[in-house]
Amino acid sequence: MKRIGVFVCHCGTNIAATVDVKAVAEALGHEPGVVISQDYQYMCSESGQNLVKNAIKEHKLTGVVVCSCSPRMHENTFRKAAASAGLNPYLVEIANIREQCSWIHKDIASATEKAIILGKAAVAKVHLNSPLTAGESPVVKRALVIGGGIAGIQTALDIAEAGFDVDIVEKNPTIGGKMAQIDKTFPTLDCAACILTPKMVEASQNERITIHSFSEVADVKGFVGNFTVKIKKKARFVDETKCTGCGLCTEKCPMKKVPNEFNMGLDNRTAIYIPFAQAVPKVATIDPNYCMMLQKGKCGICSSVCSVGAIDYKQEDKIIEQQYGAIVVATGFNPINLDKYDEFAYNQCPDVVTSLELERLMNAAGPNGGTLLRPSDKTHPHKIVFVQCVGSRCDDSKGKPYCSKICCMYTAKHAMLIREKYPDTEVYVFYIDVRTPGKNFDEFYRRAVEQYNVHYIKGMVGKVTPRSDGKIDVQASDLLANEQLHIDADMVVLAAAIEPDKTARPLATMLTTQMDTNDFFTEAHPKLRPVESATAGIFLSGACQGPKDIPETVAQASAAAAKAIGLLVKNSITCNPCVAHSDELMCNGCSSCEKVCPYGAITYVDKEFRMPDRTTAIRRVASVNPAVCQGCGACTVACPSGAMDLNGFSNSQIMSEVDAICK
Amino acid sequence: MQEAMINKAKQLLADGTVDRVIGWKRGEFAYDITPAVFETAEELEKEFVFDDFTAANVSKYLVKESKKEGRILAFLKPCDTYSFNQLTKEHRVVRENVYIVGIPGGPKLDAEKIKAKGITGILGVKNENYTLKIDTVYGEETMPFYEAILDKCATCKSKKHVVYDELIGDEGEVLDSNRFDMVEKLENMTAQERYDFWRGELSKCIRCNACRNVCPACTCEKCVFDNPNSGVENKAPADSFEENMFHIIRAFHVAGRCTDCGECSRVCPQHIPLHLLNRKFIKDINSLYGEYQAGEDTTSRAPLNDYKQDDCEASVVHERGVE
Repeated sequence: MKRIGVFVCHCGTNIAATVDVKAVAEALGHEPGVVISQDYQYMCSESGQNLVKNAIKEHKLTGVVVCSCSPRMHENTFRKAAASAGLNPYLVEIANIREQCSWIHKDIASATEKAIILGKAAVAKVHLNSPLTAGESPVVKRALVIGGGIAGIQTALDIAEAGFDVDIVEKNPTIGGKMAQIDKTFPTLDCAACILTPKMVEASQNERITIHSFSEVADVKGFVGNFTVKIKKKARFVDETKCTGCGLCTEKCPMKKVPNEFNMGLDNRTAIYIPFAQAVPKVATIDPNYCMMLQKGKCGICSSVCSVGAIDYKQEDKIIEQQYGAIVVATGFNPINLDKYDEFAYNQCPDVVTSLELERLMNAAGPNGGTLLRPSDKTHPHKIVFVQCVGSRCDDSKGKPYCSKICCMYTAKHAMLIREKYPDTEVYVFYIDVRTPGKNFDEFYRRAVEQYNVHYIKGMVGKVTPRSDGKIDVQASDLLANEQLHIDADMVVLAAAIEPDKTARPLATMLTTQMDTNDFFTEAHPKLRPVESATAGIFLSGACQGPKDIPETVAQASAAAAKAIGLLVKNSITCNPCVAHSDELMCNGCSSCEKVCPYGAITYVDKEFRMPDRTTAIRRVASVNPAVCQGCGACTVACPSGAMDLNGFSNSQIMSEVDAICK
Repeated sequence: MQEAMINKAKQLLADGTVDRVIGWKRGEFAYDITPAVFETAEELEKEFVFDDFTAANVSKYLVKESKKEGRILAFLKPCDTYSFNQLTKEHRVVRENVYIVGIPGGPKLDAEKIKAKGITGILGVKNENYTLKIDTVYGEETMPFYEAILDKCATCKSKKHVVYDELIGDEGEVLDSNRFDMVEKLENMTAQERYDFWRGELSKCIRCNACRNVCPACTCEKCVFDNPNSGVENKAPADSFEENMFHIIRAFHVAGRCTDCGECSRVCPQHIPLHLLNRKFIKDINSLYGEYQAGEDTTSRAPLNDYKQDDCEASVVHERGVE
């Protein structure tokens, strides 16, 4: 006979304000098998836990039901309490009467009734609980960082610093990411390359860091501590081990009209190219879409000028496989596409540029060697209009609902830099409101307004019209003066919203991590676990989790590294015992479960069975690898015969919960 | 046709290609044609039958037969080959142990439809220019051939064999059938009308289990209805279980795996149109996840066992019937 204890938590007034906890304890006390039913103000407190522990000993409990908050909060607390009192921790069930009851209801009578029903379901389930023992699985002492921007570089450096091997997978030919394209950084105005490139070099020189540039993650299998990842090394048609980065091939390449993505297409590069002077690895890459040798089989100049014979036109994509204990996602961001914003004439006028394009226009390694000139006629602009929130904070389908966070600060930076370098230039900034929280940020913005006389105008730009005389007519409203403005601008700069990189979503599917509706990775807890994903062993670094500036990105990158290191230092981790298993006598061997298993935990074996008619037969049956199974339960619902079942969430337990609710 | 099949079977037995033959033999009545296994040429000569009443799908028998020693010859109609492929995909039959001879499909006759015309004591039938001449103990009767064919043949989906080792006769094609018409009619009913329709049909169930036993998708080692731990065990029509649960659970269990062979409705002694439940699933799968025919091949992933990024959320996109 089961001896079950029920413990109802008030959670202060979180539960007790809408649920009559005493009535719940009273009602559940009459359920079959329940020998003690109590309520207490804070069950998770030490004295609350002692209440549970003492009851287990005193009443020789064989099962415990705690009616409290979500099991995500305190299931572990009560499991540990039970274990310390000598009860198997998996004989504890949580009835969630907070998130799923008191917080979402107002009427006390009906909320109380529901809390009792939820409690009854948990009691019905705990009747069928059986003791489970957690196993252990080893941790591979190597980390993978996906994305080689400042976030990925920082994470990799920190993990390597702690003494673990770490691989960076970067889809572009060089690491560096967006920061490499930025001219100066706020709020100190130091040059981005000057602070980034030492880190890039450090990463490439660190013996513990392997950089897989021009590579992508192709497949992820496994689980925390033991991921198996396939990395696709895309063909760059240059032997990385031979190329010295001398750049002779890029000088001699006759195909010189390839839009240069590093300079945002504002100038051209050759078909064989090194993205920028400080690229890491400094290795040439052939763009197969433009290379005449690869397109038409004619040319071969790069191959003939290369003194080390690094050019290999026959190179193919290569898949390498590696084991990792932890994976850090650092896939970063991109500015949104502005095709839908006809009102700003972005696609019609070359002098309407995005802020990232302006970074390149102002950069010494940019198309104009650092002199700010209009892209159309290479003349010096005298009047520049900045438009903030282009696609940010939008309630329509064109843009993004969120604030892109970095635009207010970089626009202030741009305005200030232009006023500093070209005092004869008038600068207007149109804003909804200026958001500058952060250390020395508001001071920075005020300097732009007060010291550099940048015209900040509250209001949105309605229409941008290029004129035949080369000027750009900007129609806008000044909301504070309540008047319409017409500005004859020479250039317009659009602060385009930022969005997660397009590679993030397929990656999330491979990693079985969650994303929000905007494709930003979801953290395990928005406040308390901001750098972990909900999937164990997957950590988040930088703007893939939400818009961030460089200081915040670096802080999060180091935090993610700390979490990954915390995992890698362990020799083994405790496995979840709530895994699937198949009843071989019932298994048909039909492969339904194997097909739905997202972890590849199910294989098939041919086994000899003694059949009911006293013959023996070889039958194909499913076998679950408990170290790989994550207990998602997909197989149990796919199984047509019900042979597949999940420890701790068995079909019969769930049915009895449903029965208790429907009774 | 029967002659050609017997000769083919004898030849394959004689040259050692196969050790056994699964075909059909006569039952108690002329229209009771039942699957049977033959081991010798003599047995074939004596008992092998293939005629207008030979509708039974032998694929399911191969779950057991293909695991026995030696190789078995199976004569499969086009619809039967879909079932066989599906069973191969689910690793329920051993493909190497079966030699498949594809034979032409129906339309096959439904004795119940002949009896419904008041024609009883059937001894045999002959199709003469689509007029059915029926030899009975009371003399010869006639009726139009197409009025006597099985429902499953009237909505035939394919004359093509999707798997075979050799063919007798010509290969046919996948047909553009109107098999979803009745499903659409049901969908257009109000919820109450539909409920009344199914209640009326399902309350006729005597729980003989013929539908389950004949179904080539129902090959579980232990059926949930026989398993006391499943929570849905039930063996006899003691309450309204059949009306409320049995057929619905069965339809869910074969969803995405049912090839629409129509055997469930053919064998139902109470004439419940059970295939409509399965067809509703097939129609929904087709419209939600793209055209899919179970058993068409042995490698594709069934939509319900597969996840694609652009999969719809069925509960969101599906509009409920008229209320």
